[in-house]
Amino acid sequence: MRTAFGATAAILLTVSTGWSEVVKPQDVTYVEGAVETSLSGAPGDPILGAEVMNKGAGNCIACHQVTALNHLPFHGEIGPMLDGVADRWTEAELRGIVANAKVMFEGSMMPSFYRTDGFIRLGDAYTGDAHGDGEVQPLLTAQQVEDVVAYLMTLKEE
Amino acid sequence: MTQRIKATCAALAVACVPGLMPGIAVGDPDDDSLTINGEIAIVTEAAAPAHTENLDTIYSGWRFRTDETQAVQMDDFDNPGMIGVENAMVDWATADGAAGKSCADCHGAAENMAGVRAVYPKWNEEQGRVTTLEMEVNNCRENRMDAKKWKYTGGDMTDMIALISSVSRGMPVNVAIDGPAQSTWEQGKELYYTRTGQLELSCANCHEDSYGMMIRADHLSQGHINGFPTYRLKNTKLNSVHARFKGCVRDTRAHTYKPGSDEFIALELYVASRGNGLSVEGPSVRN
Ligand code: HEC
Ligand code: HEC
Repeated sequence: MRTAFGATAAILLTVSTGWSEVVKPQDVTYVEGAVETSLSGAPGDPILGAEVMNKGAGNCIACHQVTALNHLPFHGEIGPMLDGVADRWTEAELRGIVANAKVMFEGSMMPSFYRTDGFIRLGDAYTGDAHGDGEVQPLLTAQQVEDVVAYLMTLKEE
Repeated sequence: MTQRIKATCAALAVACVPGLMPGIAVGDPDDDSLTINGEIAIVTEAAAPAHTENLDTIYSGWRFRTDETQAVQMDDFDNPGMIGVENAMVDWATADGAAGKSCADCHGAAENMAGVRAVYPKWNEEQGRVTTLEMEVNNCRENRMDAKKWKYTGGDMTDMIALISSVSRGMPVNVAIDGPAQSTWEQGKELYYTRTGQLELSCANCHEDSYGMMIRADHLSQGHINGFPTYRLKNTKLNSVHARFKGCVRDTRAHTYKPGSDEFIALELYVASRGNGLSVEGPSVRN
């Protein structure tokens, strides 16, 4: 289910958990669009990841079709269908794509789910009002990114 | 278009050169044609004007709706937007304000407004700026009727715009973008391509790169405004252009512009011009 690298990382990381391990959005290192290590310092949970795919901050199926999520209504078709996505990308690449797809795909329409700066007219969620002075929260938390990545790693066809 | 081809290439997991795969049809508009009341022929598809750079063909939003929603607009007895038109006919003939005048006192029958909707927003020489129909209505109310101005996206105003639009149905949208209007048009174009909010989406991302596709439960149109005001089955009322713009910008998790703001006036001129050649359709019906 996981790549060799992912499995090793997961074992290493389970010993050191807690907030201190969270990589802040502005500190994420991208190597050719990929992010090597867990952003939360912990492994992801694919079951929670499937929920993020559906609604709330993730809402990935607004743009992507996923056969395994066919019980949920209305999959969008803006982005590629995600079946077999784990055959096409490594875990590190998927983490990079979810955290900030614009590094991997220049100018992509896909939102950056783990980024907090550089926005034009940033709003206060969906109110239409200005964001204000408070700290900007990324669309997904570090752990939610890990959960989604863990879910994507289950999408294999080969 | 580049975006569509890119996405398709990624989906097929093949390396492909965009230039070699022109015109991939993804969930296009349907083939239905629109005649209202069996007599007003509506152009819902036309060659894109030269200044609508990235589209070859422009389509009315009507073509992206289901047969059921489309049918509601085909007869004025079924179109709930016509109730707004009827309300506005009363306002049209009723004196309001200290000058004791109604619209009809100066303009005669509402039918005399035929052709007006098609050319707005438009450069107003006296005011030295581009004005929208809503601004012209309020200009009459304040300066010619001595009446209180209406709220920009309020019910009275939107009903009146629906009346003024209804008498131009079937006429081609033809807003001018050159001469003194040009800088406003340029500003609108800039806004159209600006990716706003935490989702970093521009009008073009949804309505130019992705029209015809589903975004969750919504079938994306090209986002033209020839059908405004629009009666939406979703909120069961007539919706004005700036209210729709506000909703779309809000959905990018952005700080929206205000209805009636210079930004939305410029955006309206630009978006209207993208649809030059489609028929005026308002009040239309959408979901
Ligand atoms: C607004 C649209 C949109 C949303 C929302 C979105 N994506 Fe994407 N995604 C895209 C597009 C478009 C691409 C194709 C890359 C490109 O060319 O820009 C893509 C590419 C991808 C890829 C690479 C797929 C492949 O086969 O190459 C993955 C993986 C992915 N997205 C996962 C996600 C996940 C997980 C979420 C939610 C947390 C998400 N996307 C939300 C639009 C979106
Ligand atoms: C996240 C995607 C998205 C973005 C960004 C977006 N829209 Fe929309 N828009 C929609 C959807 C969904 C609808 C409803 C379906 C349709 O008519 O296309 C819609 C509808 C419209 C309509 C109504 C069309 C009709 O026929 O009634 C107009 C006009 C419009 N949008 C203009 C704009 C403008 C101008 C912008 C930028 C300021 C914009 N949109 C940005 C998603 C978007």
